[in-house]
Amino acid sequence: MSGREDFAVNLASRHARGDRWRLMFMLSTLLAIVFLGALILTIVDDAFGYVVMVDEVDQRSLVPDDERLESLDAEALRAVIDERLSPRRYRAIERERPFDERTAADLYDIVLYEIVKPRVAETYTLFESLFARRSIVEETTLAHPDGELVFRSWVNMRFLSTSQTARPLTTGVLTAVKGSILTISITILFSFPVGIAAAIWLEEYAGDNRLNRFIQVNIYNLAGVPSIIYGMLGLAIFVRGLERFTSGSAFGASTSGEVANGRTILSAGLTLAILILPVIIINAQEAIRAIPGSLRQSSLAVGATKWQTIWHQVLPASFDRILTGAVLAVSRAIGETAPLVVVGASTFLTQDPTGVFSKFTTLPIQIYQWTSRPQAEFRHISAAAIVVLLALMLSLNAFAIFTRNRLRRQKRFG
Amino acid sequence: MKPVQTARYPEEARGALSFGKRFRPHEAVILALLFFCAAVSILTTLGIIVVLGAESSALFKEVSLWEFVSGTSWQPTIGEFGILPLVNATLMTSLAAMLVALPLGLGVAIYLAEYASERVRETLKPILEVLAGVPTVVHGYFALTVVTPALRGLFGQESIEVYNTLSAGLVMGILILPLISSMCEDALSAVPRSLREAAYAMGATKLETSVTIIVPAAFSGIAAAFILGLSRAVGETMIVALAAGAGPNLTLNPLKAAETMTGHIVRISGGDISYDSMDYRSLFAIALVLFLATLALNMVSRSIVKKYREVYE
Amino acid sequence: MRLFKKSAPEANRLEATIGSGDSGQALEAKSLSIFYGEFEAVKRLSIGFERKKVTALIGPSGCGKSTALRAFNRMNELIRGVRTEGEVSFRGVNVYDPDVDAVQVRRWIGMVFQKPNPFSKSIYENIAWGARINGYQGGFDELVENSLKQVALWDEVKDKLKESAYALSGGQQQRLCIARAVALKPEILLMDEPTSALDPISTAKIESLLDDLKKRYTIIIVTHNMQQAGRVSDKTGFMLLGELVEYSDTKELFFNPKDPRTENYISGRFG
Ligand SMILES: Nc1ncnc2c1ncn2[C@@H]1O[C@H](COP(=O)(O)OP(=O)(O)OP(=O)(O)O)[C@@H](O)[C@H]1O
Ligand SMILES: [Mg+2]
Repeated sequence: MSGREDFAVNLASRHARGDRWRLMFMLSTLLAIVFLGALILTIVDDAFGYVVMVDEVDQRSLVPDDERLESLDAEALRAVIDERLSPRRYRAIERERPFDERTAADLYDIVLYEIVKPRVAETYTLFESLFARRSIVEETTLAHPDGELVFRSWVNMRFLSTSQTARPLTTGVLTAVKGSILTISITILFSFPVGIAAAIWLEEYAGDNRLNRFIQVNIYNLAGVPSIIYGMLGLAIFVRGLERFTSGSAFGASTSGEVANGRTILSAGLTLAILILPVIIINAQEAIRAIPGSLRQSSLAVGATKWQTIWHQVLPASFDRILTGAVLAVSRAIGETAPLVVVGASTFLTQDPTGVFSKFTTLPIQIYQWTSRPQAEFRHISAAAIVVLLALMLSLNAFAIFTRNRLRRQKRFG
Repeated sequence: MKPVQTARYPEEARGALSFGKRFRPHEAVILALLFFCAAVSILTTLGIIVVLGAESSALFKEVSLWEFVSGTSWQPTIGEFGILPLVNATLMTSLAAMLVALPLGLGVAIYLAEYASERVRETLKPILEVLAGVPTVVHGYFALTVVTPALRGLFGQESIEVYNTLSAGLVMGILILPLISSMCEDALSAVPRSLREAAYAMGATKLETSVTIIVPAAFSGIAAAFILGLSRAVGETMIVALAAGAGPNLTLNPLKAAETMTGHIVRISGGDISYDSMDYRSLFAIALVLFLATLALNMVSRSIVKKYREVYE
Repeated sequence: MRLFKKSAPEANRLEATIGSGDSGQALEAKSLSIFYGEFEAVKRLSIGFERKKVTALIGPSGCGKSTALRAFNRMNELIRGVRTEGEVSFRGVNVYDPDVDAVQVRRWIGMVFQKPNPFSKSIYENIAWGARINGYQGGFDELVENSLKQVALWDEVKDKLKESAYALSGGQQQRLCIARAVALKPEILLMDEPTSALDPISTAKIESLLDDLKKRYTIIIVTHNMQQAGRVSDKTGFMLLGELVEYSDTKELFFNPKDPRTENYISGRFG
C-alpha cells in the first residue's frame, strides 16, 4: 500500500521507552512505600532497644550481701528510706502520701528513683540491638564498666500507668492519655449531634437557594482551613471570650486551687469539635445521600411525616456510614497538635486532669514536647508515646468498624 | 345500631378527615434546630474573619500594612513586623514538599491507575489512605530524628544546620504524597474507558496512552490535587515547628534554619504570651495571611475539580 | 510492514510471502473462540473478509458481534479475563502468534467505536497524535487536511482546527474519529455500530462516506440496523448466540436466506 512507507518503524524504541517508564512508575510507588514504611519503622526502632543503666548509688551498698533490692520487704525498704533519703525529699514524699500507707512496690520505686537514681548512660535502637549486639556489649564494657546493659521496651506498663514526671525514666503517658480521652469526648459530644443535624438539614430540608448554597460552599472551604487557624479561633473565642464558662468559674467549679483561666479541656475539646465539624458534615451528607429515594417514599406513603421518615427510616439506614465517617474525623482530631498548642496546652502538669475544667495536655502535645528535647531518652519516650497514640487511633477505628458491622447485621435481620 | 368499633386514629375519633395543612409544633422546633446546626458553619467562618480581622487591624494601627507585607525583618522585641522572612520560609518548605510529592505522587498514581493489577491496587490504595491519617507530629519526629541526621551525614555537619527548611520540606512532601497520589489516581480512573480504547486502537503503547492521552485528559483533576497539596503544605505546622527552626530568618538557603508562618505562631503562642500585646496581635495578622492564602488555593482547586466533573458526567 | 516484535529471520520469511496475499482475503478468522471467564461469547467463528469491500455483521443484542470485531485487532486483551482461541490471519500472519506485537496489529487494523470518543485535545491534534506516535514522516498539516477531507469534515472545521474536539457535534465527532483512524492509512477499518449514537442526518452522512472509504480500505461494520446493513454492505454475516449462522452477499442474505433462523431475524420475528 502506498502510505506504508510514510511511517518509520520505531516499535523497538517505543517499547523500550515504555519499559523504562514503567520501571520509573514502579520505582516511585516503591519509593513512596519505603518512605511511608520508614516513618512507621523509625517509631518501632526507637521504642525498643538496649540501654546502659548506671546507678548513682550502688544497689549493693544498700542491702545485705546475700539479698537483692527487688526482694526486700516493705519494712526493709522503709529502713533504707529512713536511712538514706534526704529530709527535704522525705517530707515532700510523706506529704504526697504517708509512707505508712504505701505498698512495698511503691516503696521500692521510691528507693530506686530517689536513692539509687539509675541514669541512662547510653541508648540503642532496636535495629542496633538486634544486629550489632556484640559491638554494643564491647562498647559498654569499655565505656561504662559499672553500667548494666538491659533491653528496654520504652513502652511498658509503668509508662502506660504513670502520670507525667520531669524525668524520662519515671515519666508516663497517663496524664496525656486521660487528657486526650477527655478532650476527645467533648469533641464527640459536640460535633456528632451538630454535624449530623447539619447534614440532615442540608440533604433533606435545604431548598436550592442562595443561603443554602452558601452554607454548602462554606463548609467545603472550612474543611480546607489549616488547623492552626482553628487554634487561633479557639484561643480568641473559647479561652478568652468565653473564659467565664470554659474555666468553669461561672458554674462555681474550682480548678483544683489553680488560677482559673480558659485554657481547659473544655476549650480544647470545643476547638477540635469546630475543627472536624466540616468533615463530619460532608461525610454524613454523603451517607445520607446514598439512601435511595424509594425508602423515603415508602415511608411517606404510609403517612409518616417528613421528620418521622428521617428519624425512623433514613437515619437508621445510613447510620453505619455516618458513624464511619465521623470516627475517621475523630481520629484526625486525636492526632491534632498545633491548634491545641495555640489554645494553650500546659507544658507540665503536676496533676492528672479530673474534669472538663482541668488544665490539659494530650498525647500529641506530649510527643511534641518530648521530641523537641535534645536528649536521647526523650527521643525514645516520644517514640513510645507515638506507639500509644497510634494504638489509640487504631483501636478507635477498630471499634468503629466493629460497631458498623454490628449495625449492619442488625439492619439485615432486624 | 352503631358498629362496635373503637376509634384508633385521631381522625376517626373526630369523625371527619381533614386535609388542611397541619401545624406540627415539634417539627417546627426540630427544623429550627437543624438549621441552626447548619448555620454553625457560617458562624465559624464569621468567627475566623472577625477574630483575625479585629486583632490584625489592632496591629495595623501601630504597624503600617505596607511595612507588614514588605518588611524584611520580623523582630517583635524591637517592633519590626515584616512578614517576608516567615512567608519566604513557608514558600521554601512548601516548594521542597511539592518537589517531592508532585513527581512521586503522579508516578504512584499512574502506576496504580494504569499499570498495577487490580489486586495490587486494592491493597496499596487503602494502605496509602491509612498512612495519610498518621498525625503530623509523627512526621515532625521523623524529620528531626531521621531525615535531618541523614542529610547532615550527606552534606557534612558544618554545611547544614540542625534545624533546616530542607528536612522539613522533604518530610512534608512525604506527608502530602498520599493525598496527591490518591487524588491523582481518582482523576486518572475517572477518564472514561473509551478514551483508553481509542488510543490503543490506534496502535499506542501503554506509556503513550497513559502519558499523552490519559494524563492530559485528567489534567484538571491532577492540577486540583497539586493545588490542594500546596495548600496543605502551606498550612502544615508540626513538621516545621519541630524541624525547620525557631527564629525568623530571611534566607534562600534550604540548609539553614528559618521559621515559617505556622511555626512562628505555634512557638510564640506555646510560650507565655500576654493578651493584647503586639506579639499576640501579630500572630493573628500572620494567621490572616495564612487563611487568605489557603482559602484562595482551596477555592481554585475546588473550581477546577468542578469543571472536570462537568466534562465527563 | 512489520507485525513482529523482533526481526527474527523466520518472521522475515513470513513477511516475504505476504506479497502474494493481495489477491486473497484481507482478514480471515479461523475457528475463533472467545471466552469471558467460562462463558463462550464467540463459538468457533470462521469467516473471511474481502479486500476493499464493506462487510456487515448483524445479529440480536448479545450475540457476540462486538466481541468478534474486537478480536480482530486484539482489543479484547484489554479486558481482564478474556481468553481467545483460534486464529485471525492478516496478510498471512496469525495476529495471535506470540511473536506478533498487538500494538502493531491495532495500528494496521483501525477501529471506530459506538460512541464518538475524541481525545481531549484539539481537532488537529486528534488526528496528528496517532500519526506522530507511529513515526509519520510526512507533513502533518497535509495529513490532517487529507484525513478530514476523506470524511467530508474539512469544510466544517478548517477554521477551528485548534479548538477542542469536544466543541463538535456528535456526528462531527464521529467523523473526526473515522478521520483519526484513516490518518494512519490502515488496511482495515473495524466499526462497531458507528451510527447508533447519532441522529438520522449524521447517520446518512457517515453511510455515504462508507462508499468512498471502501475504495481504500476493507471495512467491517457491526450494526443493529438491517436497513443500514442492506444499504452499505457488500457482504453480510448473521450471528446468533456466538455462532455465525449465515454469511453471503448482502442481497442474497436479505432476499434469499438459506437458514430459517436468518429468515426469522430479518423478518423481525426475534431480536
Ligand atoms: N466484559 C464482559 N465480561 C463478561 N461478559 C461479557 C463482557 N462483554 C460482553 N459479554 C458477554 O458476551 C456476550 C456477547 O457480547 P457482545 O458485546 O459481543 O454482544 P453484541 O453482539 O455486540 O451485542 P450488542 O448488539 O448489544 O452490542 C454477551 O452475552 C455479553 O453478556
Ligand atoms: Mg456490541
